[in-house]
Amino acid sequence: MQFINTIRQYGIFLAFLIICGFLSYASSQFLTISNWTIIITQVSINALLAFGVTFVIITGGIDLSVGSIVAVAGVVAALLASQPDLPLIVPILGGLLAGLAFGLLNGFIVTKSKIAPFIVTLGIMTIGRGLALILSKGRPISNLSDAFNFIGGGDVFGIPFPIIVLFIVFIISYLLLKNTVFGRYVYAIGGNEQAAWASGINVNKIKMAVYALCGTLAGLAGILLTSRITTGQPNAGAGFELDAIAAAIIGGTSTSGGTGTIAGTLIGALLIGVINNGLDLLNVSSYYQQVIMGAIIIGAVLLDSWNQKKMAS
Amino acid sequence: MFQNRILTLNNISKSFSGTKVLDGVTLEIEKGKVHTLMGENGAGKSTLMKILVGLLQADEGEVLLENENISGLSVHDILEKGIAMIHQEILMVPGLSVAQNIFLGKESRRFSWLNESEINAKSKEILASLKVDISPKIKIKNLSIADRQMVEIAKAISNNAKVIIMDEPTSALSDTEVKTLFEIIENLKSQGVAIIYISHKMDEIFKISDTITVLRDGKLIATNKASDLDNNTLISLMVGREISEIFPEAKTEVGKTLISVKNLSKKGVFSEINFEVKAGEVLGLAGLVGAGRSEVARAIAGLDKFDSGTIELDGSEIQINSPSDAIKLGIGFVSEDRKALGFIPQMNIRENFSLSSLLGFSKMGFVDIASETKSTQAIFEDLKVKAIGLGQKVNSLSGGNQQKVVIGKVLMSNPKVIILDEPTRGIDVGAKFEIYKLINTLKTKGLAIILISSEMPEILGLSDRILVLSKGKQMAILPKSEASQEKIMQYAVH
Repeated sequence: MQFINTIRQYGIFLAFLIICGFLSYASSQFLTISNWTIIITQVSINALLAFGVTFVIITGGIDLSVGSIVAVAGVVAALLASQPDLPLIVPILGGLLAGLAFGLLNGFIVTKSKIAPFIVTLGIMTIGRGLALILSKGRPISNLSDAFNFIGGGDVFGIPFPIIVLFIVFIISYLLLKNTVFGRYVYAIGGNEQAAWASGINVNKIKMAVYALCGTLAGLAGILLTSRITTGQPNAGAGFELDAIAAAIIGGTSTSGGTGTIAGTLIGALLIGVINNGLDLLNVSSYYQQVIMGAIIIGAVLLDSWNQKKMAS
Repeated sequence: MFQNRILTLNNISKSFSGTKVLDGVTLEIEKGKVHTLMGENGAGKSTLMKILVGLLQADEGEVLLENENISGLSVHDILEKGIAMIHQEILMVPGLSVAQNIFLGKESRRFSWLNESEINAKSKEILASLKVDISPKIKIKNLSIADRQMVEIAKAISNNAKVIIMDEPTSALSDTEVKTLFEIIENLKSQGVAIIYISHKMDEIFKISDTITVLRDGKLIATNKASDLDNNTLISLMVGREISEIFPEAKTEVGKTLISVKNLSKKGVFSEINFEVKAGEVLGLAGLVGAGRSEVARAIAGLDKFDSGTIELDGSEIQINSPSDAIKLGIGFVSEDRKALGFIPQMNIRENFSLSSLLGFSKMGFVDIASETKSTQAIFEDLKVKAIGLGQKVNSLSGGNQQKVVIGKVLMSNPKVIILDEPTRGIDVGAKFEIYKLINTLKTKGLAIILISSEMPEILGLSDRILVLSKGKQMAILPKSEASQEKIMQYAVH
């Protein structure tokens, strides 16, 4: 399993390097520190969402609601950050708790009702969007505190703060999935839920935790986004769930559950970011960019199944 | 004898990544005869059959059907030529009807509309020729496994099969269903169809076979007339050594009562079940398929709820609401369905072994891989799992080795009571003996063992006492000295 994973990630990593090589040849601006700072900053939000979604997909589920949770958490954080006199921790906690609450709700319905996660999170996606509009009365929320705006816009020793957040969350997610009992149970449930249950694993508890984790990370992404655009936007994050799922799948997470890694997902998110950035630099219209991105998602999965077949024979 | 030869596999060899799995195997199959292939898992039977039906290509050798070389043809072409396989796991479309499945891929059309009435009529004819009473219009998902198998056979006949391969066809059938299958096989024989039969069950092999070929480690060991062989000769041919005793006797001191079940009832499933099992004792649960043996086991192990009754462990009453509760209290369960409930296919051996005891290897939530590896390596060696190492994925292991991994997982949670539901189902003779030996080892270690098996010799050979169930009711508990196959059947069919 370890071996196959290495090969798979290696495959996508190779594709990543080839594309980077091509872009640095095609555009002199591509391989510069300032450009890469932009790429990683832009990727950070999608990567946070994709880490959470990776956990969910490995258990055999899916979470379509993360884009809406970004909006709700962003609006909650913005409402709190626009109040003078409140300490910075309040909007941060507010945004995270909003994300956690939605994640728990997803997890609760998925585990108690046995409705397919696709349907549950589709419903929650719509509810979340509505709630973001209700809370913000449909208008953007501005005049956020400077301290809050630092989260998405500031930097430490020249490193943008979102990159630091991304790095920390990556390390935690990586360790959580790879080295903890929880991570092992996540793989077990995705591999064979019935057998995991019969082996004494509390499947519902782990699934709840996974959706809660995914929701909380979406809350964090919402805070980062709101702070970066210095406004709480009820329409923010629309379609983000698809980019997050794409990053996980490009990174080798199987939608049938049981396999996937955080490192792979990071590469997947970076690949999406690099391609968007490169196509911008090459002045390719954003309409074409979408067509290319779709082709890459299918290509990545094809590459993956091709790899697996080669491994099998 | 050769004028009746219909199929020849000539000097077939095949290697996978350097390992020879078939080494110059030659088989001659005759019309109207049952030719049984035997051998431990990994002996090469499945590979040979896959080559025969075109799923794999041989490295060397050729396949001749009625003197026509058919090696290298596609699966579809070989089926057209008249070689059909009834798979161990039945491959049909559950949502389609019997007739639709039989004629799948060769539907008759009338002006490009499907001609349902014609395929229904034809199916009815074929099913009638097999003397089975199944409506062609019923959906596959509404049929029992036995009936689905009959439909598979009907499908083979609709292809004018000259050779039908049956891979463990009885593994999911009850005794009466096996009888029907054997009647159908006799019927097919009389029509001149050759049957290649694969099974691990000794008694039925002697009942049905005309010729028996034993494979071991990819080589053909012997081809004999079934009438020239007996049980022990066959086993020693397969495992390559003499088997002195099939069921080694274990002398153990029986200790205190570890588990006692009182008045356990579940409406419509089982009622008033009462028994106790002491340390170092094996209680066998016998009965026909559907008698409620597995259901009682599942209830005790926390997989199913029950309505009333109590379970006492080590003298005190316990509450079990989930498998997790049962495992924590010391009740281990090895399910009859190891694929569905036993292991995680994508995980490796180490990860599967430790699945029920992982918290014991954790430090602040992190898995201590070093101590996990140490403990799993020990059990890996104890159980003699045949694999490259702990890192091999469980779905690439043979059935017997998968079963060892599942049993190892349960043992790693340190149970006081272990329930083994059909522990030797679908595994080869060599692995079966190892599991028998293991059961005896567990006895001497003082575990209380509840054993369910549909193989009568197993129940009789391993149990100290035998509880017979019939239609969810407890009919008798027989001590070993009083138990016999006839007596158990008497109670079981009550």
